[in-house]
Amino acid sequence: MTTDDVAARQRWMGILARTPLPRLEEAFAALPEPPAYEALRRPEIGSALVRARAGGSGQRFNMGEMTVTRCSVRTAEGAVGHAYVAGRSRRKAELAAVFDALLQTPRHRRRLLNDLIEPQAEVLAAARAATVAEAAATRVEFFTMVRGED
Amino acid sequence: MYVAVKGGERAIDNAHRLLDHERRGDAAVPELSLAQIKEQMTLAVDRVMTEGSLYDRDLAALAIKQARGDLMEAIFLLRAYRTTLPRLAVSEPIDTARMTVRRRISATYKDLPGGQVLGPTFDYTHRLLDFRLAAETDAPPPEPERAEARQDETVPRVTDLLNHEGLIEHERPADAAPVGDITREPLSFPAGRDVRLQTLARGDEGWLLGLAYSTQRGYGRTHPFAGEIRMGEVAVEIVPEELGFAIDIGEVTVTECQMINQFKGSKAAPPQFTRGYGLTFGHGERKAMAMALVDRSLRAEDLGEDLVAPAQDQEFVLSHCDNVEASGFVQHLKLPHYVDFQGELVTVRTLRKDHDKRQEAADAAE
Repeated sequence: MTTDDVAARQRWMGILARTPLPRLEEAFAALPEPPAYEALRRPEIGSALVRARAGGSGQRFNMGEMTVTRCSVRTAEGAVGHAYVAGRSRRKAELAAVFDALLQTPRHRRRLLNDLIEPQAEVLAAARAATVAEAAATRVEFFTMVRGED
Repeated sequence: MYVAVKGGERAIDNAHRLLDHERRGDAAVPELSLAQIKEQMTLAVDRVMTEGSLYDRDLAALAIKQARGDLMEAIFLLRAYRTTLPRLAVSEPIDTARMTVRRRISATYKDLPGGQVLGPTFDYTHRLLDFRLAAETDAPPPEPERAEARQDETVPRVTDLLNHEGLIEHERPADAAPVGDITREPLSFPAGRDVRLQTLARGDEGWLLGLAYSTQRGYGRTHPFAGEIRMGEVAVEIVPEELGFAIDIGEVTVTECQMINQFKGSKAAPPQFTRGYGLTFGHGERKAMAMALVDRSLRAEDLGEDLVAPAQDQEFVLSHCDNVEASGFVQHLKLPHYVDFQGELVTVRTLRKDHDKRQEAADAAE
């Protein structure tokens, strides 16, 4: 894979991980034909150790864990898809892995990017913008009063 | 010494049945849903995730419901569940400079770039009971105000941004060193800062708050300022072996506190501002601040300070900060100790007899 391919795949995998299950189900149901695939690794629930840094930039430490579910599939066309998604939804991990595989298949990629990934990226960006705008409304606007003549 | 006592089974079954009944309360009142806990008891969920050391809002809500709102019991339930999970990945260190910031304040720099963003805070409320909430109308509160704003991908930390003179200690990565993990290796002393921070991160908020307060009152004074507190969402990245590159698996809400402490200098370090660090899951500002104060006081030895106060004593602070362990050991006293107590009774009876005999002899001698 080229660097561009890796970057593109990192992007869609990150977006799939943040896509709610109902939206993934909907996109799966909307596929022109149900894709044939087999599980290389059935969905598995476990934990990811979450690391942080002292002071934000210093020595690493383990702050705690989070739940994560992973799954790997291979489509009939031979593409291998992986998913690691926060939370405990086996179905979500399975669908995310299937979409990861399909997105690596040239004949599916364009349509899935247009129908699923890009719209979801917009949803996520809009949610972030709303969060930022709500926070911004609570920004303190200091004003200084002039006292005395000088 | 414990002895197997039979005959309690039926009583225990019935006690648990009674517990289920009490948990439900008055059946005429609608049952509490996990969604309600998750959405409306958010700070309880955050605390249970932080001290339970497992980020999963659904599980924390379930634990709170099962524990009838006893957060320490809920923390215990989450910790117990955590041990059943296979560990599938270790994340890259989260980057709090790339947080989607919902709150960010500094008590040291008024005009920090990006401004003082208050976010959803109890600060400046009057702490008067709000009886409008008791009315339970279905009317939602007004929509939050929004302001035109752009937030860059990176919001630099105040401690990195406003340190032109280098008077604040720098926190530098030291990634060659392995990262200690108290879930795999029990705590031993002296503990490195990585292990101390992991222990404090899951430590009991009340314990840390009390110790932090003790440092402010003079027991190992550290002259702290809240350099920055920020809360918001950060992405969690892992590098799965089968891929060989980093992927986002989702995001977690965290609260970070950078405490800055005046320091006169020692043989080990020049006069400067030193730092303490606090980090929690969710919105846990009080815990993050207390953790930062205690992290700093535990650095006393590394900085060549005199060890004079409880909050500077690693073994005292870290061995007692886990509320699951503490609660287990205190509460085990409820379990049958019939034989122990019988043994002690015999000992005390003998001692008493000897004592009385000596007393009589002394009285007779007078």
